[in-house]
Amino acid sequence: MSTSASSTTKPGGLSARYRWTVASRVAAAALGGYALSSAATVLMALLWPAPKAQAVLWATMLSFVIYTVVVIWAFTTRSATRAWAGMLIGTAVLAALAWLLKNGGAQ
Amino acid sequence: MKESLRQCASWLHTWTGLTVGWVLFFVFVTGTAGYFQFEITRWMQPERALVQPRALSDKGEAAMDHAFDRLEQVAPEAANWRITLPHESLALRGWQDLAIRWEEMPLPGHERGAIGTEQLDPVTGAALPPGPEPRATAGGRGLYRMHYELRYMPYEWAIRIVGVCTMLMLLAIVSGVITHKKIFKDFFTFRPGKGQRSWLDAHNAISVMALPFFLMITYSGLVFFLFQYMPAGRDVVYGSDQVSRRAYFDDLRERQPRTPHPVGRPLAPTAPMMARAQAEWGPDQVRTITIERHEGEPPAVAIARVYGGSVDFWNPPVLRFHADTGEPLPPKAEPGGSAVKTQSVMLNLHEGLFVGIWGRWLYFAAGLLGCAMIGTGLVLWTVKRRKHHLGSGREGAEAFGVRLVETLNVATIAGLPLAVAAYFWANRLLPIELADRGAWEFHSLFAAWLGTLFYALARPLHRAWIELLWASCAAYALVPVVNALTTDKHLANTLPAGDWVLAGFDLSMWGLAALLALMAVKVQRRLAPADRPRPLATLALEEGAA
Repeated sequence: MSTSASSTTKPGGLSARYRWTVASRVAAAALGGYALSSAATVLMALLWPAPKAQAVLWATMLSFVIYTVVVIWAFTTRSATRAWAGMLIGTAVLAALAWLLKNGGAQ
Repeated sequence: MKESLRQCASWLHTWTGLTVGWVLFFVFVTGTAGYFQFEITRWMQPERALVQPRALSDKGEAAMDHAFDRLEQVAPEAANWRITLPHESLALRGWQDLAIRWEEMPLPGHERGAIGTEQLDPVTGAALPPGPEPRATAGGRGLYRMHYELRYMPYEWAIRIVGVCTMLMLLAIVSGVITHKKIFKDFFTFRPGKGQRSWLDAHNAISVMALPFFLMITYSGLVFFLFQYMPAGRDVVYGSDQVSRRAYFDDLRERQPRTPHPVGRPLAPTAPMMARAQAEWGPDQVRTITIERHEGEPPAVAIARVYGGSVDFWNPPVLRFHADTGEPLPPKAEPGGSAVKTQSVMLNLHEGLFVGIWGRWLYFAAGLLGCAMIGTGLVLWTVKRRKHHLGSGREGAEAFGVRLVETLNVATIAGLPLAVAAYFWANRLLPIELADRGAWEFHSLFAAWLGTLFYALARPLHRAWIELLWASCAAYALVPVVNALTTDKHLANTLPAGDWVLAGFDLSMWGLAALLALMAVKVQRRLAPADRPRPLATLALEEGAA
């Protein structure tokens, strides 16, 4: 941040539309990101090559890394719509895989 | 937001940092104090005797005999016995005297039995009466616990609020690093006396200096309450009700239901076992001797080393022997594998119990740097906004938001230290017999803090900064004086006695006072050269242009 950051943080007028896209993106990152991280944690817990309880612990310890990466992606992707799409599709795919592994598999 | 990654990260850094900055400042101040919680508690209980360091005499064998005699007398039918030998403990930061502890046989339907403890005289073996009852105080532990359970709200809310703030801090750190493309070049850049630039440089330098500490403390903070914050994995794999949660922990700890048998004095002599321990760990390294017996297992004597020497703090080496034959028994496997090991290392790094006194000071310094990072970040936000508003010719519409942030900044950064000092004052000045005295110590802290907020609202901003910083400085400088006026555990007594815990507390108060005086002088020089009631922003602008 060696160059002045003041001009980069906000585009000229703060229109209502801009505010809504920011709010939408914040929601996508916070709520959608949490859902995505939860689904990823479940999937990781099912796949991690360790005894069941340890796999759950590993996956949960790493879940905060996933959440961090996902939130930063949500804020750096091109639009709020893309952020929402990423969260919803990602969560759906991961949750479906986890469901298949848990209920469709040997158990 | 069609901006580069770096600019998006900068936006994220600014807003995540601002929204939780004040809570995080509170968490860092109380958590940093928590690194000395045992020392603070001792200071807050001046009725306790000055502690002279004692060395374990070669009477260790006799002490153990006394302890066994006493255990046979008070707990002939116990599920287990434990003797604590006199030693210097890292876990409790102090000298531990000879003590015994036993667990009664569990009642039907219970998993554990009642616990009994006694302090013994190591020479005579007689049970020692408990010492003079110290005054009621919330102590250093109270400050420490506030850094995650806050105050005046249910525990479940508090840890979630702190969790959200911690997560946002993690985001602020990561996005801050992304923003900061020339991290090492900027680290060596400091342009003092240049308004916003100086604040920015200071914020950068402080943040980079202790970056590994900040990352570690933030992430491990999340790991402390990981299943409260991210229950999905456990809830899906095991289930979310109480029974499933229990099953999960039993599974993780590889706990099997075991039936205890009553224990008794070991038939085999313990002297060779102790000699073996001394050969392995050196003299005076035995912390406890535990006698236990479970169905289907031989009666065992487990000799545990003192804590310390490893970041795997709570699992010091243990030697196990057959209580009847004296044969060595195989060591118990540590349950949980690499996952549990990784988790406990993270938690131990957070708590820093494994380090000695100088390591503690390093943790304390890193904690203060955390306060400084958050503080400079919060101030930077306002300095930047002020300039922005002036530059855009909108100073008339002078944002309520900026003023709000500025007021909260003064009340938090200059006011919270004052409030913590009030906590120590309250410990000395509140009537000893006051009911619920510990709670009143907390009330004093928050009353003082609220007072600084009203003060910040009532005074012109730059006066509020300067006056509150000087007030905090005076509050700390006077703590040792108040101590000397109200107790006999003051510097004139503690220094000659070489009691560095109590003396160190008083001296640290002066150290903090000096630090606050330094801040006050700096701010004074910056904000009020002519002591004219000029708005802060004009000055910031002039400094920026200079």
